[in-house]
Amino acid sequence: MQVTLRIYRYNPETDKKPHYEKYTLEAEATDRILDLLNQVKWYQDGTLAYRRSCAHGVCGSDAMRINGVNRLACKVLVQDVGKKITVEPLLGMAVIKDLIVDMEPFFEQYRSVMPYFVNDEPPPEGERLQSQEQRARFDDTTKCILCAACTTACPSFWASEEYVGPAAMVQAHRFIYDSRDRAAAERLQILNDRTGIWRCHDIFNCTDACPRDIEITKALGELKMAITTGKVE
Amino acid sequence: MEHQYEVVIVGAGGAGLRAALEASKGARTAVLSKLYPIRSHTGAAQGGVGAALGSEEEDRPEWHTFDTVKGSDYLGDQDAIEFMCKQAVHTVYDLEHMGLPFNRTPQGKIAQRPFGGHTNNETKKPVRRACYAADRTGHMILQTLYQQCIKEKVTFFDEFQVLDLIVQDGQACGVVAVELLTGELHVFHAKAVIFATGGWGRVWEITSNAHSFTADGCAIAMRHGIPAEDMEFFQFHPTGIYRMGILITEGVRGEGGVLINDEGERFMERYAPTVKDLASRDVVSRAMYLEMRAGRGIGGKRYLYLDVRPETVNKYAQRDGRTNPDGSPYQLSADDVLEKLPDIIDFCRTYMHVDPLTQPMPVQPTAHYAMGGIPTDMHGHVLIDEKNTVMPGLYAAGECACVSVHGANRLGTNSLLDIIVFGKESGKQAAAYAAGSDYVPLSKNPEAAVRRRLEKLHSGEGLEHPATLRREMQEVMFQDVGVFRTEAGMQQALEKVRELKQRFSLIRVEDSGKVFNTDAMEAWELGCLLDIAEATAASALARKESRGAHAREDYPERDDDNWMKHSLAFLEPGGISLRYKPVKVTHFKPMKRVY
Repeated sequence: MQVTLRIYRYNPETDKKPHYEKYTLEAEATDRILDLLNQVKWYQDGTLAYRRSCAHGVCGSDAMRINGVNRLACKVLVQDVGKKITVEPLLGMAVIKDLIVDMEPFFEQYRSVMPYFVNDEPPPEGERLQSQEQRARFDDTTKCILCAACTTACPSFWASEEYVGPAAMVQAHRFIYDSRDRAAAERLQILNDRTGIWRCHDIFNCTDACPRDIEITKALGELKMAITTGKVE
Repeated sequence: MEHQYEVVIVGAGGAGLRAALEASKGARTAVLSKLYPIRSHTGAAQGGVGAALGSEEEDRPEWHTFDTVKGSDYLGDQDAIEFMCKQAVHTVYDLEHMGLPFNRTPQGKIAQRPFGGHTNNETKKPVRRACYAADRTGHMILQTLYQQCIKEKVTFFDEFQVLDLIVQDGQACGVVAVELLTGELHVFHAKAVIFATGGWGRVWEITSNAHSFTADGCAIAMRHGIPAEDMEFFQFHPTGIYRMGILITEGVRGEGGVLINDEGERFMERYAPTVKDLASRDVVSRAMYLEMRAGRGIGGKRYLYLDVRPETVNKYAQRDGRTNPDGSPYQLSADDVLEKLPDIIDFCRTYMHVDPLTQPMPVQPTAHYAMGGIPTDMHGHVLIDEKNTVMPGLYAAGECACVSVHGANRLGTNSLLDIIVFGKESGKQAAAYAAGSDYVPLSKNPEAAVRRRLEKLHSGEGLEHPATLRREMQEVMFQDVGVFRTEAGMQQALEKVRELKQRFSLIRVEDSGKVFNTDAMEAWELGCLLDIAEATAASALARKESRGAHAREDYPERDDDNWMKHSLAFLEPGGISLRYKPVKVTHFKPMKRVY
């Protein structure tokens, strides 16, 4: 079938402001949007720029707005979105070129929440034991691939980019609820900051945007409860 | 711009990050990656990391060693394999201590599942050796290592693509990289360089590999006269999603899933009577090709079914007499599948609208893993000839390296093991080397050669198009240097690749800008892939036997008298020249390989 791809274009070396370019191409219903972008780049316009790597939804490179919603281009098929497709960069981030945005502030927020395992007690020779229930407690938030689809779908983040954002808090959640970790209190204190978790107003955009189906709003609710009650359960 | 670091690591997947954690303890270290580290292809690994922990049943590192030697079809170096399998146990516990969220046994230990080719050497039955975190073990390893690098404040240069190695007086002393954001070339002056750049599945048409898996490190090494070892051995994973190649983990068969042909037959019973669907990957991929060739592909097409529906799994588990560690009969429920294989279910639903809980999955073999690569010893030192001469200051680890622990065929779970064991070891060795050596002064303009090569991409006549050349390479390599090979086919492929290399000189990239010129980088990567395709086809054509992943119809048997040796492919102006070096044998004399 024939599809029309309308793509946001911006070249910082030649353009004063962004514009949209239309491309018409032959596609199959089961093609990924990433396949279409590749068709354009390889056979129509080599100057089109976007990030991609694994092409099956696990590396997190190709988060972008597809028909207005944040998606991974490699995890949306033509049959999911129809024949007229608009592709734009993530909102709330500076556009560097075409669909490539500046990810540095996003990773800076990520690094601010102590996104790493902390336990200074000497480990046993073998593994630290953890029950299946304890392991299940934080399973959902281990799935995050840091694609930024959630954070850049959040109106609170659009309003102010100093907001730490859902992605970083998902990472914090993964450690706070890990029975082996010892830095939950420190992380909760970081999230209790004025640029932290209280800017979340349960809008659920993050949950809708997550390509890994993480229940983000629920996880953030648990963090709010933990801060309020002082208990991690 | 020029930078100076004692150790420079190229690539930030599992091997590069594990090396970084080790090297940064004792040396000023920088990690360069053409992606954000967290995008690396380690994150796509699914099923598990092999280690004889014995969490669930008796297991021993010696059994793991023998299984790996046998899996390698006796081409792996046995001293290195023994080292890896012994290191495996505490290296996996190290990961757990770093916080890696492994699944757990009812006793709270690291959970383990069966995987192809891993056996109890006494009963010959599959053993639970693959330590797993659902079906995203690679994701968890990549995340955990990156998190620890943040904790340890490792220095990263993200989205810096390395284009050249700087070698002076036979010694590695830095790299040249392009900063993708600005297009500027940077020189990194170093005492030691570690290549951890991953594999090159993008040589083939159907592949499980990321777009970024383009052989950069191996091609750069070859351009400096370093050989590529055992390039003819490239693994085709039996179960890729039909036409797309996306990986469906062997863990599906570990949990009891079976391969089914058009007649509804579980055909692996005929090819591997003892371990059946859990034979090693080369054996299963060949069986699938033979089934399809005999017209037993589904509907006569080029795919078969992988069936993990609980009723199917339970039927065959009962027939096989499979039991749990406590002796009770093995049973799999839909909930178990959802818990242990969630991503597989998601992939099938997303890309094929197939629900593995109620429908079988259409699969075909997919290009997956490079057993060959930059020759190293078990400490990561790069070896530049058949006498195992070391290039001072250069190290390699992970898929880009050939230690060789995988020989002619890698066992599942041994790639994640390889990256953590040899990543750590090369990081340790590189830091020690840096501590005892001085910076070699750089000559003027060490980036001049790269600049010339890049300019050529922009000044060609434009009569050829990179995407067309890439597609032609991928098609001919999949057709003729794939699962089954013949003299005529490989000869044709080699000639075709040489023709494509000629035509490559006629390309011109469209994008003339500096900022994120991904057009130029894709063309550059195609140049790397073509060098590697040539080395692969030439090495394969020369090897007149069948061994592991190299299966020739005209030489169907393994020939230990003449061919139990490693190939070394040197890139020379007139093409590829080949030399050979012996396999290191310690305890295990070659035997016929039966599963």
